[in-house]
Amino acid sequence: MSGNRENWSARSGFIIAAIGSAVGLGNIWRFPYVAYENGGGAFLVPYLVAIFAAGLPLLYLDYAVGHKFRKAPPLAYKKLMNSESLGWWQVMVTLVIGIYYASVLSWAGSYMYYAIGQKWGADTQAFFFNSYLQNGEGLALGFVPTLFFGLVIVWAVVMFILYGGVRRGVELANKIFMPLLVVLFTILVIQAIRLPGATAGLNAFFTPNWEAMGNYKVWLAAFGHIFFSLSVGFGIMLTYASYLKRKTNMTGSGAVVALANSSFEILAGIGVFAALGFMAFSSGSTVEEVVSGGIGLAFIAFPKIISSMGAGGDLFGFLFFASLTVAGITSMVSILEVPISAFQDKLGWSRKKSVSIIAGGSAIVSTLIFSTHSAITFVDIIDYFANNIGIVGGGLLSIILVSWFRRPLLSQLQAHINQYASIKLGVGWNFLLTVVTPLSLLVALGLTIKSIVAEGYGGYPAEILWLVGGGTLALFIVGAIVLSCLKDKVPEEEN
Amino acid sequence: MNTEAIIMMIISTVLLWGGLILAMIHLSKHPDEPED
Repeated sequence: MSGNRENWSARSGFIIAAIGSAVGLGNIWRFPYVAYENGGGAFLVPYLVAIFAAGLPLLYLDYAVGHKFRKAPPLAYKKLMNSESLGWWQVMVTLVIGIYYASVLSWAGSYMYYAIGQKWGADTQAFFFNSYLQNGEGLALGFVPTLFFGLVIVWAVVMFILYGGVRRGVELANKIFMPLLVVLFTILVIQAIRLPGATAGLNAFFTPNWEAMGNYKVWLAAFGHIFFSLSVGFGIMLTYASYLKRKTNMTGSGAVVALANSSFEILAGIGVFAALGFMAFSSGSTVEEVVSGGIGLAFIAFPKIISSMGAGGDLFGFLFFASLTVAGITSMVSILEVPISAFQDKLGWSRKKSVSIIAGGSAIVSTLIFSTHSAITFVDIIDYFANNIGIVGGGLLSIILVSWFRRPLLSQLQAHINQYASIKLGVGWNFLLTVVTPLSLLVALGLTIKSIVAEGYGGYPAEILWLVGGGTLALFIVGAIVLSCLKDKVPEEEN
Repeated sequence: MNTEAIIMMIISTVLLWGGLILAMIHLSKHPDEPED
């Protein structure tokens, strides 16, 4: 099996796919808000520290494990330290994320259409919740046809890419979509900074608040953001690295991936805050009053900004939602690549069979859950639990099992990655993975759990929160245990 | 834009975009060895 493993056509194919995975919806709607909330221009300091102290070290750990064993997480961790269940935990997390990510992606795709003619009307909030999502009270499971059709299109596109395999599917799609994203987003940013009031937005984004540097929460926000932004610690980079050829310089490639991801984030910050500056200008308020992030920024604030531009807003809106869609597709493909590859490894399935069963099954579950009046409730709660506990917990375990409990393995992985590396990893990498990265993740995980227990989340009733969020966590645990009990269908010598 | 914001914008973009360009140049100078 190892000898027949698919691979990237060249190092550049891997790099562009890894950038495509890292650059997603979060770069556009999460980073600008996190930076603004945590010191503005001064956020650059903890952000850069986080890239080099946590992001890159963990990225290299993922690369080393995937490349050394040439397997998706379950069998890679089994071979590394007999921890197959950790790999299945990561697989379950990616499966669940893929299922709800499709929903958000379908919203962005639908809004490309709504942007032409600004079909959302004057009240963008009412349009999003009442007309588009048809959001119901509590858990309302009635069928919403418009959401269903959007989801079907997203899954059809993603499955088409995945059926193509690593080279002719994932790599080719990234080679088309990533340059397209750069072109679309650059035009968008140029348009944004020419808007009246844009400078007020850029002032708000870049003016440093140095006092914030003394607040540990700002540093934690930077470390947390980098962790999510780089797609590290939950199997994606590990799986992508498993398709690399033997003699690959992974450290040099990783530096390009991390810096490309951050370069795009800065560009997104400029574009988003220039647009928010315009929004404040046209509504006679301050940037502080109109600033938002996440779903609210994309589907409520941006349509409002677009509507303020008159007929010219159509193109701006189309560019914005097309950028979100394109960035999201490449990330979603990378998310689903983890379970697809894992089941191929474990059960000896062909690519087509794995895509049909795993992506096809996910598509059915996804369209059933997210074509309902409770789509946004499910997205919000599952996203919170999957990210803050699923990803962080799995990532933390993947580090400490090696760097705290099986330290000789760290040296072996270091030697493996250094074999063909242009930037050699030394004691610094070892120290960061032993102390800085795990401690920052441990604190983040502890604060999340404390916050959920003490305050709940998002104002949801406890029964809904625990049914959906707790159910998500139970799924991770049960999936990790049950799947790791499956018998390998591929002979050990081939694995 | 105020001076502080301009300085931070320049530093951010130079560090990140400049870093990206340097990383790409570095990588191009270290091509992968051919597989046997």
